[in-house]
Amino acid sequence: MDIHEYQAKKILSGFGIEIPRGGIAYSPENAENKAREIGGSKWVVKAQVHSGARGKAGGIIICNSALEVAQAADKLLGKKLITKQTGPQGKIVHRVYIEEATDIKKELYLGLVFDRSSECIMVVASTEGGMSVEDISKEKPESIIRSKIEVAVGMQKFQAREIAFGLGIDPKLISRTAEVIIGCYRAFSELDATMVEINPLIISKNDHILALDCKMSFDNNALFRRNQVSELRDKAQENSNEVYASDRGLNYVSLEGNIGNIINGAGLAMASMDMIKLAGGEPANFLDVGGGATPEKMVKAFKLISQDEKVKVILVNIFAGINRCDWVAEGIVQALQKIEINMPLVIRLAGTNVEKGNKILKESKINYIEASTLEDAANKAVKALKELGKN
Amino acid sequence: MSILIDKKTKIIIQGFTGKFGSFHAEEMIKYGTNIVGGVTPGKGGQTHLNLPVFNTVKEAVKNTGANASILFVPPAFAADSAMEAADAGIKTCVAITDGIPSHDMIKIKRYMRRYSKAEKMTLIGPNCAGVISPGKALLGIMPGHIYKEGKIGIIGRSGTLGYEAAQQLKNLNIGISTSVGIGGDPINGSSFKDIIEKFEQDDATEAILMIGEIGGPQEVAAGEFVKENMKKPVIAYIAGLTAPKGRVMGHAGAIVSAYGESAVEKVELLKECGVVISKNPSVMGETVKTALNGKKS
Repeated sequence: MDIHEYQAKKILSGFGIEIPRGGIAYSPENAENKAREIGGSKWVVKAQVHSGARGKAGGIIICNSALEVAQAADKLLGKKLITKQTGPQGKIVHRVYIEEATDIKKELYLGLVFDRSSECIMVVASTEGGMSVEDISKEKPESIIRSKIEVAVGMQKFQAREIAFGLGIDPKLISRTAEVIIGCYRAFSELDATMVEINPLIISKNDHILALDCKMSFDNNALFRRNQVSELRDKAQENSNEVYASDRGLNYVSLEGNIGNIINGAGLAMASMDMIKLAGGEPANFLDVGGGATPEKMVKAFKLISQDEKVKVILVNIFAGINRCDWVAEGIVQALQKIEINMPLVIRLAGTNVEKGNKILKESKINYIEASTLEDAANKAVKALKELGKN
Repeated sequence: MSILIDKKTKIIIQGFTGKFGSFHAEEMIKYGTNIVGGVTPGKGGQTHLNLPVFNTVKEAVKNTGANASILFVPPAFAADSAMEAADAGIKTCVAITDGIPSHDMIKIKRYMRRYSKAEKMTLIGPNCAGVISPGKALLGIMPGHIYKEGKIGIIGRSGTLGYEAAQQLKNLNIGISTSVGIGGDPINGSSFKDIIEKFEQDDATEAILMIGEIGGPQEVAAGEFVKENMKKPVIAYIAGLTAPKGRVMGHAGAIVSAYGESAVEKVELLKECGVVISKNPSVMGETVKTALNGKKS
């Protein structure tokens, strides 16, 4: 789960990391008042969307008066921000963060992630703050410092000091920088995060170390024990079909193509999508209804897919194990009695009682194309799509 | 022979009396698996499915001689149960549970470092289909009848895609020595390499089918092991050709975040290691058959 910049800043400040003074606003008037409250003569108005690279997309505006702050907020609020990370559909700005401007002496990069090879928390730091970490590793790989932290014992002070010295920090600021690094580590491990990134972490002209922009992501599997994190979820930033799916226990990812998929199991779903691609089609989504493929899940899945306007053909591929094909087939028939599908439907059943399952489908009134293998299913779905194009 | 489990393996079920645990216990017993009892804290002394229930894994091991276990424990308590099994001397533990936090998985693995190699438990999963040695024992949730007894070792992350492979092999009259589902989570008990190593040492296994997917370093690490150490042929399919970068595809671990983690990159790196690639998921069985024929000639 991702959260907004201002939420991440609030969390990090609770772990002893200094942040510029700021406040959230939902309207231009609100923004203007916040700017006066914060004081000073220069502010930054930042669009709050779940994406990085907001600056280049025009989502960050520097203002020299409270009136300019109001104008900037007016410009951003309600607009779609399209960044390198949001994709062409962009994300709508529902709130802006007003922050005092800071005089920057030095910009640094600090990130923490899980390293799957060593199964440790990896700290990545660089002197080249302000650039994306991908760009840093391409353009200035020699500036990157990596440090693996053993989760069982936590981060040691010397490890944080080594990173700070590696960044070439003024010796009198080393212990303060080390505290920031340890604070990030504690936030990561105590809140079940999967990513913490401060970019840039800056040293100001008056030698304060501040988090100027930050991002945090959290382990969805651990939200059950992190109420203070799970309540920060902003569903407006997520794809509405994906929210619908996750609220109903379905694993769904929206994609660009037009062949909708309903599949049981994540691996089989990816494999079926591969077959669609190899057959010359493009999947509209990834959808795993879970190994069991219960009738309830099938109803929800058909409903979800039929909401997606991109979808022109539906491909159902269920490999039944202990849940038998006859039971799955009955579930499909029930689902299609509740939800009307006005497009070609290809169904491939496999596994336990496949003959019985196919018989149930044939004897029902549903209009569908039967497929026998993964390849057959993908070919028939692509063929059905091409025939639609001819009419 | 087979790896991890056979007819003699004595198995206990952790989370025995729950709905899910009971259902799959019955399926495993029907398959002929040697289930000797179960553990549900607080229900010790009772009988469930005509088998004894114990309060702790240690008690179960002491009374039944169990050497393997399977976990049907909710995510919040699963890490604790896995560590309890390790401490009681269980040798193979399959964690079926889906949704264990990554931090908890790391904790289990660090906890197990206290045991010597000979004493250490092999943890399979979590979020997996488990292990089956066809004709011998089922320590998982897969449908036993699609697995024919034979000489191919299968390792995969996904449950249903593993079933697909077993079915394709059966249709070609090719059997399986053992099939292992290692699960879809980013941090798991056993890696592809850990299991491939066991297959290399198993006399009954002639070739190995590895079913990988996008995300993480494990498939490529297994490829490097194959190149350096393996004599048996390894055939691989990597799912997720169409997956966009940075999106989680169902399995928490299926996300492309670094170089070498996309399907195309993994396939290239595995080819360089001498692994035979199944070009699509519909021909996993045929690719294994061709590789076997090539080996004989």
